Amino acid sequence: MKKLIAAGVVGLSLGISGLASAESIKVGMITTLSGGGAGLGVDVRDGFMLALKNAGNTEIEVVTEDDGQKPELAVQIADKMVQSEKVDLLTGIIWSNLAMAVVPGVVQQDILYLSPNAGPSALAGAMCNKNYFNVAWQNDNLHEAMGAYANDAGYKKAYILAPNYPAGKDALTGFKRYFKGDLAGETYTQLGQTDYAAEIAQIRASGADAIFFFLPGGMGIAFMKQYAQSDVGLPVLGPAFSFSQDILGAVGDAALGVKNSSQWSKDIDNAANKKFVESFQAEYGRLPSLYASQGYDTANLIIAAASKASVKDKDAFRAAVKEAEFESVRGDFRFGNNNHPIQDIYVREVVKEGDVLTNKIVGTAFEDHQDAYAAECKM
Amino acid sequence: MTLALFIEQLLNGIQLGVMLFLMAAGLTLIFGVMGLINLAHGSFYMIGAFACAAVAAATGSFWLGLAASLAAAALVGALVEMTVIRRLYERDHLDQVLATFALILIFSEGTRWLFGSFPLYLDIPQVLSGTIDLPGGSRYQLYRMAIIGVGVAVAGGLYLLIARTRLGMRIRAGEADREMIGALGVDIRTLYTVVFALGAALAGLAGAMVGALQSVQVGMGEPVLILAFVVIVIGGIGSIKGALIGAILVGVVDTMGRFLLPQFFISFMGPSQGTAVGSALASMLIYILMALILAVRPSGLFAAKG
Repeated sequence: MKKLIAAGVVGLSLGISGLASAESIKVGMITTLSGGGAGLGVDVRDGFMLALKNAGNTEIEVVTEDDGQKPELAVQIADKMVQSEKVDLLTGIIWSNLAMAVVPGVVQQDILYLSPNAGPSALAGAMCNKNYFNVAWQNDNLHEAMGAYANDAGYKKAYILAPNYPAGKDALTGFKRYFKGDLAGETYTQLGQTDYAAEIAQIRASGADAIFFFLPGGMGIAFMKQYAQSDVGLPVLGPAFSFSQDILGAVGDAALGVKNSSQWSKDIDNAANKKFVESFQAEYGRLPSLYASQGYDTANLIIAAASKASVKDKDAFRAAVKEAEFESVRGDFRFGNNNHPIQDIYVREVVKEGDVLTNKIVGTAFEDHQDAYAAECKM
Repeated sequence: MTLALFIEQLLNGIQLGVMLFLMAAGLTLIFGVMGLINLAHGSFYMIGAFACAAVAAATGSFWLGLAASLAAAALVGALVEMTVIRRLYERDHLDQVLATFALILIFSEGTRWLFGSFPLYLDIPQVLSGTIDLPGGSRYQLYRMAIIGVGVAVAGGLYLLIARTRLGMRIRAGEADREMIGALGVDIRTLYTVVFALGAALAGLAGAMVGALQSVQVGMGEPVLILAFVVIVIGGIGSIKGALIGAILVGVVDTMGRFLLPQFFISFMGPSQGTAVGSALASMLIYILMALILAVRPSGLFAAKG
């Protein structure tokens, strides 16, 4: 028996040293896992972990912490991860106000930050940084696509609505950049607001012919339900965040037929996406959202970069990330000068497949679209 | 701006106020009778909403869900009182805040464990969908009107309960002098459990009714809890009447602020700046209101004692 244990111990220690000799990467993931925005963070994390599992990657160690959607907490966690956990790179933040609090400080310390979601305009323009990569989109992008779509659909007078925080302002700016009609009204709601009766009454009185709203997570569920219960009945438009897979179930049939814009959809036809959607369903028993696809792409980007350069060699690793030679589930993907994606953006429609509400692509809004701030970035 | 829109917004404000009253009534009753600060009150709101959504999904009936929300919140309230809260009455407020904050975390994670991180679906019942016509040519959603009705009925019921029944007499006596009614042979432990369960049930009812309008998700109770605290501070801690007036005041001021302030600033600052300034100020408005009221009446509008 003793021999057996001794052998086991020797074997184990061999195993450990074997692992240590391969290049390990420590990734700090700060994301929202509690509160009203938890669905988004859970999807980013699950997508990220699934990519590691599908690749059979054991070199990447992920330390995950919940920021509770609070900027001050996110800053504390980032400090801890950089200073005591000694992470090689950071990722995970969902909300733009948290990203604005964390990212500038982190990239100053020469730590790489790969955003799987938030893309505030400030970080894409003058404040762009060689250590900051956005794997999802610049905030304005999906809203720009919806502004262009609203022209094509013939809407002349839109009422637009978003929460009062950096991404909300980017959203309405993006929509207005492409929308040629007039605005019947423009409203900033509180972040986390759940009752929209006052806004819906104003929409009814405004004489609008369409509504564009950006309300991610629980806010969008509340708005869409209350809107459907009211008898306003105007067509609704939004970015994918307002109609993503994580909230469609709770919104219900009220969302059927609604058009929304996204850089990803589960019906994009490529091998990587097919594998992603199938393995996500098998692993977690639900359909992936665009957030999950962004987490998945972020992990695959890290894996691809790590196969080319050591994470300890900052310059080489940064260059390897920028090349972005990985199979993105959204198809073509490359970084622009400001480390933000240049990619296609689609128009999707909410449909029912059996009992499940989901999205399908009905058109392409932009091909190889780059954000409007890239020119302000001196890289 | 038309009169119809103004009336609709006023009703929206009252509806928000009535919902806040259901939360604040329990909170202020528990503080008034037992001297306990209960941060976990928002969890009962969440439990009510989840019980309603789960039962409505299983049975297809919103009404069964509503009954389940009352039962579940009251039951959990009674259990929590008997196991945890009972040990806190003699402690100071800091201990109470710490312990009930821990309860929030336990309930939130417990709910996440049971139902997952993704919001549940709950819709309003078919009979209450649609709108009703109001004088002046405006329309108002029937379901929101029903919430106002339920809130008014609960306010009336609470008044009768406290002013006219034996239980109400004991509650008032408990507020006035705890040791004395114990000495007079009233079973104070049971009284406390009943009051706590009653407060929890009201929060659960609010959660279920609002869950059909909003999203049923973990952590939904805490934003409402903050507003409910603002309400009881404005109304005077321990006073049911204060909770009612405070809740309506907060509801109407918040809604009207969101509606009128941006328009006011747009009239002389232009649309984009006016919207930004107006929205920012609107979100601060109820706290400004609270500060003003506390400056004039430091213990709130209808302080129960001293």
